Amino acid sequence: MSATDAASQNRDVPEPAFGFWRRSFAMLVKEFIQLRRDRVSFAMIVMIPVMQLLLFGYAINTTPRRLPTAVLIQEDSDLARSVLKALENTSYFRFTREVHSVAEFDDLLQSGKVLFGVEIPRGFERAVRRGDRPALLVAADATDPVAAGSALGALGMVMQTALAHDLHIGDPPAMPFEIRAHARYNPAAESRLNIVPGLVGTILTMTMLIFTALSVTREIERGTMESLLSMPIKPVEVMFGKIIPYVIVGFVQALLIVSIGVLLFGVPILGSVVLLALLTTLFITTNLSIGYTFSTIVQNQLQAMQMSMMFFLPSILLSGFMFPFAGMPVWAQYLGEGLPLTHYIRIVRAIMLKGAAPSNLQYDTIALIALMLIAMTIAVTRFRRTLD
Amino acid sequence: MNTVPASSPDIAINVEGLSKSFGGREVVHDLSMQVKRGSIYGFLGPNGSGKTTTIRMLCGLLTPDAGEGTCLGYDIRRDADKIKRQVGYMTQRFSLYQDLSVRENLEFVARLYGLRDARGAAADMIQRIGLNGREEQLAGELSGGWKQRLALGACTLPNPRLLLLDEPTAGVDPKARRDFWNEIHALAAEGLTVLVSTHYMDEAERCHEIAYIAYGHLLAHGTVDEVIAKSALSTWTVSGDDLNGLAAELAGKPGVDMVAPFGTSLHVSGRDKSALEATIAPYRDKSGWRWEDSEPSLEDVFIDLMNRSKDNFQ
Repeated sequence: MSATDAASQNRDVPEPAFGFWRRSFAMLVKEFIQLRRDRVSFAMIVMIPVMQLLLFGYAINTTPRRLPTAVLIQEDSDLARSVLKALENTSYFRFTREVHSVAEFDDLLQSGKVLFGVEIPRGFERAVRRGDRPALLVAADATDPVAAGSALGALGMVMQTALAHDLHIGDPPAMPFEIRAHARYNPAAESRLNIVPGLVGTILTMTMLIFTALSVTREIERGTMESLLSMPIKPVEVMFGKIIPYVIVGFVQALLIVSIGVLLFGVPILGSVVLLALLTTLFITTNLSIGYTFSTIVQNQLQAMQMSMMFFLPSILLSGFMFPFAGMPVWAQYLGEGLPLTHYIRIVRAIMLKGAAPSNLQYDTIALIALMLIAMTIAVTRFRRTLD
Repeated sequence: MNTVPASSPDIAINVEGLSKSFGGREVVHDLSMQVKRGSIYGFLGPNGSGKTTTIRMLCGLLTPDAGEGTCLGYDIRRDADKIKRQVGYMTQRFSLYQDLSVRENLEFVARLYGLRDARGAAADMIQRIGLNGREEQLAGELSGGWKQRLALGACTLPNPRLLLLDEPTAGVDPKARRDFWNEIHALAAEGLTVLVSTHYMDEAERCHEIAYIAYGHLLAHGTVDEVIAKSALSTWTVSGDDLNGLAAELAGKPGVDMVAPFGTSLHVSGRDKSALEATIAPYRDKSGWRWEDSEPSLEDVFIDLMNRSKDNFQ
């Protein structure tokens, strides 16, 4: 058969004009219809950029002010009050606690309830008047160098000028006392010391959420849910069966990240390794429960991914991982308290960098347990036992 | 209503007035049925007639909007958990785990039902359904016939007292279908009650009793012979030349409700026997055609039921 014969035999329906565009258009119309039907995806398209913008714009502040500060006043004098007033006037410090012992002072710093501690020593005023230049201690939790840095930087100069108005002793230019800034836990202000423990939490949040966020939808999409529901299994049993394997997976993952952090980045673990392991497991389980809850809410795997992103984004921005928690406006801090990562970051930094004891971590541990139980309760009630 | 008490030992399924709507569309309407223990009950009807919805209501996967009843003596609304423990449900679409092997799927089911020796039970079932040699194959890689056997194996594994099979033989070759039905009869002989939905007429005839459902309404039920007798349909079978022409001519004439070709013959049916006979009288004398007064087939009866119900409900 000659080439022309073959060609004439194959000549069937002619290629329509603008075929490429027509077919592309057909595909485009179909995609739009599907997108419109998928309400959740549609909502995410709007929600994700809006949320990102609002959080970045309003909540994040890299030169945070009004940071929670504890004061240890060993002497109640006019001068002491003037100094405190001057400190507050710098706008970097906000006195939230007044303590009476050094132990209490250290405890607050270690648990992360305050970022700074100011200690006014006994006999301060007298020493100043004698011209002894006594030392005023400002201790900072420097695990997050960003949060502590600008406040510490402002200390010296602002203090001097502020005092010039309040202090009526001697000649102002000469420093009547010394401010001894003490950057605790991370004196060299190395950001990796702060970032690496935070990353443990961030990475775990991402991976754990997605593992379980897909679990129920996958059963529904593959049609196996119908079979599963016809068998005698209860929602709680399904949930535990789906969460527990990933607790082990998450634990291995955490072990890997922490090992790399210690071996490659030289991040110390000053506290108890067992405590770290226990609370990390709790954090993993909390995230898995939240992911599983998403899975019972969404209709398909795409929505599950998007909802995980929805949760992941504020976790990064509002947890204190990237930006100082104390620098955020109050509403953002409240939001942050609702995220497991916020609590875990405090825990992991406290254990690794500050050597915190369990008693220092009570609040954050209870918060993690509460979040886990809330997620599990929602998941179990949301789990549809029928196909209605 | 002659409601049979829930405790009656001879009745496996006894439901009254079941209704279910989805998004304002009523899929099952006021459905009542009784299935005797140890019988094979065929559930017939066109696609979208409400068969799957009814089966799902029986095993607690859907909550009926109205109606009540018992399944194995348990209330279908309150005791879904107890029902699930004793009912094997084979879904229309293969719903075992495609990424688990044959053995793993069966062991999963066995464990879920709390069988003592899950491995042993799975191994026995593999023997019984003839899947030995394929234990380690992923369920997703099995052919249609094998998948269906595995699904049947999985739902009979926990020794249920009732099997609900939703179109179990759709897309399966005739040999596999025959084997499947032999297995169903063997199970029924052991005392198991089987409710099976299908739209194959030959399968309907393998059932002890059948029910026909269309547009959510149960239109007929009983043994095959009873259903045919109750239809009051008269059917003439015509063979000869140019049946297509004859069919076109007869369709729509008074007394003729249905004209359907069956291979080399034509079935002409009507509910009004005398009107039908009056209409076909002139054609019966013509040469070339052979007319025979015959029994309507089950299919004739069903198509007729469906046509009638369409007039009523759509």
